[in-house]
Amino acid sequence: MLMKLATDFMGWIDKRLPVTDAWNKHLAQYPAPKNFNFWYFFGSLAMLVLVNQIVTGIWLTMNYEPSGEGAFASVEYIMRDVDFGWLLRYMHSTGASAFFVVVYMHMMRGLMYGSYQKPRELLWIFGMLIFLVLMAEAFMGYLLPWGNMSYWGAQVIISLFGAVPIIGDDLTLWIRGDYVISGATLNRFFALHVIAMPLVLVVLVFLHILALHEVGSNNPEGVDIKKPKGSVKLEELSKFTFHKQYSDKYDIVDAVPFHPYYSVKDIMGVAGFLFLFCWVMFFAPEGGGYFMEAPNFTPANGLKTPEHIAPVWYFGPFYTILRVVPDKLLGAVAMFGAIVMLFALPWFDRGVVKSVRYRSKLHLVNLIQFAICFVVLGALGTMPATPTANLIGVIASFGYFGFFIALWFYSKNENTKPVPERIAD
Amino acid sequence: MKKLIIAATFGILFSVTTFMSFTAVASGPSIHLDKANNDLSDKESLKKGFKTYLNYCLGCHQLQYQRYNRTFDDLGIDKADGVANYMPTGDKVGGHILNTMPEEEAAKWFGSAPPDLTLEARLRSPDWIYTYLRSFYIDESRPFDVNNTVFKDVGMPHVLQSLQGVSTLVVHKELDEHGEEHEVSSLSPAMGGSLTAEEYDVVIRDLTNFLEYVGEPNKLERKAIGYWVLAFLFFFFIISYFLKKEYWKDVH
Repeated sequence: MLMKLATDFMGWIDKRLPVTDAWNKHLAQYPAPKNFNFWYFFGSLAMLVLVNQIVTGIWLTMNYEPSGEGAFASVEYIMRDVDFGWLLRYMHSTGASAFFVVVYMHMMRGLMYGSYQKPRELLWIFGMLIFLVLMAEAFMGYLLPWGNMSYWGAQVIISLFGAVPIIGDDLTLWIRGDYVISGATLNRFFALHVIAMPLVLVVLVFLHILALHEVGSNNPEGVDIKKPKGSVKLEELSKFTFHKQYSDKYDIVDAVPFHPYYSVKDIMGVAGFLFLFCWVMFFAPEGGGYFMEAPNFTPANGLKTPEHIAPVWYFGPFYTILRVVPDKLLGAVAMFGAIVMLFALPWFDRGVVKSVRYRSKLHLVNLIQFAICFVVLGALGTMPATPTANLIGVIASFGYFGFFIALWFYSKNENTKPVPERIAD
Repeated sequence: MKKLIIAATFGILFSVTTFMSFTAVASGPSIHLDKANNDLSDKESLKKGFKTYLNYCLGCHQLQYQRYNRTFDDLGIDKADGVANYMPTGDKVGGHILNTMPEEEAAKWFGSAPPDLTLEARLRSPDWIYTYLRSFYIDESRPFDVNNTVFKDVGMPHVLQSLQGVSTLVVHKELDEHGEEHEVSSLSPAMGGSLTAEEYDVVIRDLTNFLEYVGEPNKLERKAIGYWVLAFLFFFFIISYFLKKEYWKDVH
């Protein structure tokens, strides 16, 4: 009786909105390669963190006061007087750092298995746009507690725009809405942080997933699970039912439906991730001074510069690239260039073999040196600039840009290994 | 297995290089801080620290984000007792811990207005507070005749001088391992205070303890909840692992 009622109800809905069809197309009958490994947890984890940020953000907004006079005190009000306000705030602040950990791992996965290569260039571009918006979102969010590091961090980053020739000064004035960072800046950053950027972010994530489902997921082997229609023997076809949008066009092999196979696997990933996340959140929410910097426990003060202004760790790699270039304008160009390089990655890589498993030793070495340089750049970004640090920074910056340049040269005629037809068991 | 080795190699390389770049550029000599070794769960210590704060600090330094009644609840002080013994007259029990010092005047008196100390322990660390309050010495070139080895040329007088007494800065020469001579300064034992050095350390430890509490009143609750959450997630992970295994049986 109850079952019939439920079926009838879904039937009624489906005639008006293809809910069941969408569910099948994107989850229950979406063909996902059966060989996803550890690195494939980070997509769903990024989604989890996004939801965490939005939900905790809504509750924080209920008690936060976006004004130069009240912001700092309202954060302490949340920490002390709001029931579990401290938990909401730590979820949000730890979530910000976790977001970048997860996203950097997700991007690394793309690099390792060539997930940016044809036909997934647009998917990669959407991902990069998400990364860019995420950085803007995090930067603006960091001003909101109105601590002294919020203030001076924003001061440093906004002044970068002053390096733009001719319009530089007007541009920084336009961004700040004042001659110095002030309540006006705080208010507009608040508006952008809580509504504009999150909206853009959600739309981009939606497009990222749509684009993914259009071209299909890559996998650690870099082998396509969609074969030309009629090219695969019946007994070798995947035994699962996939949505006709996929199975009408292709013969699908070595795949499983995303739900329930990857939903249960991702739940396991979520449990593991949450364990680490909660460990930090409950026992070291300041993240050793990297997630919440000590000078931020004193209110913004335009007359008192912190001894050592460091951006939050996740901007470290790009900040170091900026800093090692002696000229301000060229430094800013190098920093934005570092991000442009990532955008253009699908065209730097002229190879056809996707996974690092079947590419040359040279590529493996290049990839490892890139990862190391990225981490070193990140570490340096949080430290004071000394001559030694600068030298290491210059070397690591060369490593960073060198990755792309070298890739462009060797990928055309790379000495790759034979790629198997199918994903082995 | 092969995947595991690759992942492990990556992990090790990452940590080694990060560690190396950190140590390579570690910043110059920093001030030595003594360990406060305070215990947030020791309510008697917190109460004594609170009392010391009210008697010696509050005149200049507010705790503008912390409320009296919250402090009473957390420290186990009965409300009637609190109102009678822990509150300067005229304040409301639900009010913030404030003083009446005019900020502009104070800035004139001390060079800069005495800062609010609610978050001092988070800003500077408990060890810093513990060491700072035990590092005043006589320096007649300063407006209040004292200076501090942790916070050079600080504008604050040695408010606890009646308890600790006074120290002097002793500079002597020492040879380092390369045979080079260096000037090393240390503080002489304090003289003329009403407390012995050990008793004074206890007073400061209690005060540090109280300031760490005020910095984050939920710290103990946070950790207590944390253990339960981690325990739950540990079991949840095991269950989700077996659930995944059960489902994936029909794939392999």
